[in-house]
Amino acid sequence: MTRATLIFMYIGGVVFGLGLAFSGAARPEVVLSFLHLEDLGLLFVIGTALLVTLVTFQIVPHWLKKPPFGNHFAGNENLPITQRSVVGAVIFGVGWGISGLCPATSLTAVGMGNVPVVLGVIGMFLGALIYGQIRSRSEKRS
Amino acid sequence: MLEIVFPLGVSHYLIGGILVGLGISLPYLLTGIVPGVSTTFTSTWSYILRGSFFQTPGFVASRQWRLALVVGLMTGGLLYIWLFADGKAVSTSIEGWRLFIGGILIGIGTRMSGGCASGHGICGNAALERVSLVATLTFLATAIAVAKITSLVFGL
Repeated sequence: MTRATLIFMYIGGVVFGLGLAFSGAARPEVVLSFLHLEDLGLLFVIGTALLVTLVTFQIVPHWLKKPPFGNHFAGNENLPITQRSVVGAVIFGVGWGISGLCPATSLTAVGMGNVPVVLGVIGMFLGALIYGQIRSRSEKRS
Repeated sequence: MLEIVFPLGVSHYLIGGILVGLGISLPYLLTGIVPGVSTTFTSTWSYILRGSFFQTPGFVASRQWRLALVVGLMTGGLLYIWLFADGKAVSTSIEGWRLFIGGILIGIGTRMSGGCASGHGICGNAALERVSLVATLTFLATAIAVAKITSLVFGL
C-alpha cells in the first residue's frame, strides 16, 4: 500500500461524494421517490456515472500499459453468476427499498450531517459482521 | 411530459452523475484499482476479528485504502454542505428502524452478492461483468417492489 494510493482514493472519494450529494442521491427521500417511480432522475445519475466510468474502464487500459501508481489495471474477471450473488442482490434490494440507503450514499449523507443515517451505517457494519461470521464458520467446517 | 417523470428537472442529476463517474475514474486511472465501497464493511472488521473470512488476503491488503475512500465520501458530503447549502446540515424524516433494519440487510446482501449500487451498478457494469448486470436488475426490481409494499403495509 503506497501513500499515493491512499491519497488518490481519498480525492476520488471526495469527488464521488460531492457528486452523490449534488445529485440528491445521498438523500434517502430522493432515492425512495425514484423507487416509487415518482421522479426518475436517479436514472440520470446512474446513467451518466456509468457512461463516464465505462469510457474510463474500457479505454484507459488501451492507452496505458500500466497505471502510473500501480501494477496493472483491474478488468473484467468474468465472475460466475452464482445463486449467492443473486440471493444477495435480493437481500440488498429489500434493504434498499425499506430505507432508501446504499453504502456510498449513506456515508456521504453522514458527511452532510444527516445524523439518523448513522443508524443505517451501523446496520451495514453489523450486517457484514453477521455474514462474515457465518462464512468464517462454514469455512472452518469444510 | 418530461415534467411528469422528472418533476425537479435533470441538470443536477446529470452533473452529480458525471462527478460520481469522475470520482471513480480518477483512482482507477492512477492506481488501476476499482474503488468499490461495500467491501469496506467487511475489510474493516479484519483489524479486530480473526475469523478466516475477515482475514481473506484481499480484504487485509485493501482495508487501508478502502477507509481512505470512505473518509473521502464523507468529506464530499461535508464539502457540499459548505459550498451549496450555507453550512446547514441535512436530516431525514425516515424512521430510525427503517434505516437500521435496511442497513443490516444492505450489509448482508451486498457482501453476499459482491457489490452495491456503485460496485455492481456502476463499476461492475462498466467492466462489462455479466454478474453485475444480473445483480443490478435483481436489486432494482426488488427495491421497487419492496418500496411499494413498505408504503402499503406501513402507510409511509
